[in-house]
Amino acid sequence: MPKPEILDPQGKAVHGALPRLGFSGVTDVRQGKRFELELDGEITDEVLAEVEKMAETLLSNPVIENYTVRVEAPSDEVGA
Amino acid sequence: MKVGVVTFPGSLDDVDALRAVGIAGHEAVALWHGDHDLKGVDAIVLPGGFSYGDYLRCGAISRFSPVMTDVIEAAGRGMPVLGICNGFQILCESHLLPGALIRNDHRKFVCRDQRLRIENNRTPWTSAYAEGDEVTIVLKNGEGGFVADDATLDRLEGEGQVVARYLVDNPNGSLRDIAGVTNERGNVVGLMPHPEHAVEDLTGAGTDGLGFFTSLVERAFA
Repeated sequence: MPKPEILDPQGKAVHGALPRLGFSGVTDVRQGKRFELELDGEITDEVLAEVEKMAETLLSNPVIENYTVRVEAPSDEVGA
Repeated sequence: MKVGVVTFPGSLDDVDALRAVGIAGHEAVALWHGDHDLKGVDAIVLPGGFSYGDYLRCGAISRFSPVMTDVIEAAGRGMPVLGICNGFQILCESHLLPGALIRNDHRKFVCRDQRLRIENNRTPWTSAYAEGDEVTIVLKNGEGGFVADDATLDRLEGEGQVVARYLVDNPNGSLRDIAGVTNERGNVVGLMPHPEHAVEDLTGAGTDGLGFFTSLVERAFA
């Protein structure tokens, strides 16, 4: 996600469009990115640390973006 | 001097940059993103364009090109490096320059002749100008908003690392009207406007951009 202090022009555009469609009560919109990484084997602490490194090195730019890493089992989607 | 211009997949202004280098009296050397070879150049230009289609973030993928390892190493030794537009974005993603460039605050692509003030003529790319010179250089970008936290901005201002500032009308929401910055050492410069498009009277808004390329010579013989 763009850091709170960083202007998010895309989020602003979406925020502007919502009332035009009759959706009210939204006070702010921020637009970010979501990456789904599929990994081999068990998600150990070492694997998670590696994913954190990927997030920090390539997937995000720490100067302007924050990130969080979340583990989901494949069955989360299949079973839904 | 031998001045290299790197072509990335999606670079647009590499040929214009090579041409500008030649017009300024240097030997222009084409460099390739996939090579670990700087071909013995004395200075490097990272040109404008949309490398890797601006996927992920502008410059984020180019930053990990093989040639960038060599560019970063050369910059560390003090070699002059100029990043123009997409090249500026690549330098920020490489952490060779502070800050980042985000989508224009008005969300539209902007293409126009831009008035600028040269704020720092102590870099190898700006020594042909006088400090305070006002010039007109072409600007064209969709993600040219320069941002950094307040502490970084204060430091850039305090240390004289702001190289150029937008005059009249800020075209993209850049904080403190910053159009270009340099690193602490002063050898790496990033600039959002395109001096390589302002080197001949036949085209464009004049020749105000030529100084970015002739500066290298004047420094060498200084």
